[in-house]
Amino acid sequence: MKIKARHTFLFLSILFLAYSISIYMQPLSNTGNTSFNKETAAQGRLVWQKYNCQSCHQLYSLGGYLGPDLTNVISQPKKGEALVRTMVKTGIKQMPAFTISEMEMSQLVEFLKSVDASGNADLRKFRKDNLGMIEAHENK
Amino acid sequence: MKTNKIGAGNLFLITALFMLLFGLCFGVLAAITYIYPEFLKSTLGFISLRPLHVSSALFWIILGATGCVYNGLQAITQQTINKNIAWAQWLLWVFSIIGICTSYFAHQFGGREYWEFNPIWALPIALAWLLFLVNFYIHSEKIRKWPVYVWMWLTGLVFFFFTFSENYLWLIPYFRQHFITDTTIQWKVNGSLVGSWNQMIYGTAFFLMDKIANSKKVGKNKIAFAMYFLGLFNLMFNWGHHLYTLPTEKYIRYIGYAVSMTEWIFFIKIIYTWKEALNTIQKHEHYFPYKFIMASDIWVFINMGQAILMSIPAINLYTHGTHITVAHAMGTTIGINSMILLAACFEFLKPCRHQKIKSKKILVSAFWALQISLLIFWVSLNIAGVKKGIWQLSTPQASYSQMMSTLQPYFIVFTLAGIGLFFSFVILITSLLKPFIKNVTIKPSYE
Ligand code: HEC
Repeated sequence: MKIKARHTFLFLSILFLAYSISIYMQPLSNTGNTSFNKETAAQGRLVWQKYNCQSCHQLYSLGGYLGPDLTNVISQPKKGEALVRTMVKTGIKQMPAFTISEMEMSQLVEFLKSVDASGNADLRKFRKDNLGMIEAHENK
Repeated sequence: MKTNKIGAGNLFLITALFMLLFGLCFGVLAAITYIYPEFLKSTLGFISLRPLHVSSALFWIILGATGCVYNGLQAITQQTINKNIAWAQWLLWVFSIIGICTSYFAHQFGGREYWEFNPIWALPIALAWLLFLVNFYIHSEKIRKWPVYVWMWLTGLVFFFFTFSENYLWLIPYFRQHFITDTTIQWKVNGSLVGSWNQMIYGTAFFLMDKIANSKKVGKNKIAFAMYFLGLFNLMFNWGHHLYTLPTEKYIRYIGYAVSMTEWIFFIKIIYTWKEALNTIQKHEHYFPYKFIMASDIWVFINMGQAILMSIPAINLYTHGTHITVAHAMGTTIGINSMILLAACFEFLKPCRHQKIKSKKILVSAFWALQISLLIFWVSLNIAGVKKGIWQLSTPQASYSQMMSTLQPYFIVFTLAGIGLFFSFVILITSLLKPFIKNVTIKPSYE
């Protein structure tokens, strides 16, 4: 082999690093959404992790499989912030009742607002294009 | 147990087998909560059982892969690896495993899916991994012309470390404040981490094939190198297929889609070389390693076929977020990773040398019970997944809990098959560990 294994390895690794860096820089070009507080939402993400909501719930269909997807729970009819607050305090089926401070609760809600504002996860809103890729229509 | 008589590689394999045992126990308990929501709810509950199950299973795979790499390196160089480094590495692992499990029992979380523990426990793991890299470096220097599997081990080691560190970028608010970028990175990490340990485990499979056939055919084969680079390319760029519905940059999704489609090459290659593989002479003393490698081959075929289809966005729309994804995860971790690791355990721990023919018959039955249970397990999850997939796209839509209750029968079958998996594994694990528990001195396999 003329091209040695280590050359191919290095070449691919450099491509991979470049790709990774391009992703790390994404936040720089994203203009902020003003419908929620960024810092509070980032704290809320930690609350989401602290109480392990992800083990049962999904966001954009990624996560656990016991409870419903919560991407747009904030804006869904008959759901919203009030339902989140009640559910977290009372629990349902396998979901335990959480003892959670008021501050954590509002951070969690802010996080869910930021997720809701990022797009729509209702799979029925997606359409195929010619290449077989799917795109969400009626995106927020 | 006289650990001083056990080689470092086998120490990791034995520890990994214990993790598998724990993973199975927690898995069965977690499955029961699917059927009886109140089961253990006031004590452990699904909220702790899932991370306990997932982390144990991951540690089985990662520690098992570590044991394979050490044993493989020793067999290739005919020299023992640096024991002190390996010991320190092992102690760091045990320390973090104890910490992680205790925190799960105490309902303390704070990490991300699959790594739900407080990030503090990632430090000893990262340190252990650095020691692994050092030991690998010291040892691999002695190998002149690297066979493909040494490349694969190196790749797994390096990329695991990189990706595992990347896994904690969310600690920095800059990333966490951008939900979409943050989620993109999370699934970039998940995809590449799986790719990394697959490199170590598939590398082991190649190594074992050469060892069983007593040849160097696989290790120096040009096609094997081509396949390795295709695997590496996929590890690096195919993870976008997790994110088709996430409103992330378009190019990420298209790259994920396009790169995933190159996996058809693997798939066709498997069919093409199938007959050849089946004709390989099975040597008596490699009976079980051979059997498990063959089983993994069939599971690769089934799972890869499914995975490639799932990577087509229009199909992914139906499978995304459903139990089909779970079936895929279980099919690959049990069917492929665990089969190869068991093959390696039978090769390196050599339990059969100490056991009578009668126990061999029991092992053969356990082998088949494992395959059949896994098949039932996999099929029931897929059916549940298809039903959920149809529900996801239907208008008007029944409520979530109505949909979930129609899946109950499949969850029952899934749990029963899980119990079948549990018992089959337990028989195999017991036979692998028995010689060590009975205090039989095992000579390291490289001697
Ligand atoms: C052990 C699993 C589990 C955990 C952990 C869990 N949930 Fe739940 N959650 C469920 C289940 C199950 C349901 C009800 C599903 C049904 O209606 O059948 C549910 C329902 C909900 C609902 C109502 C959704 C709807 O559309 O009706 C909300 C909101 C919710 N959970 C929020 C949370 C939050 C926030 C956390 C973390 C603090 C959390 N859950 C943790 C299992 C869990």
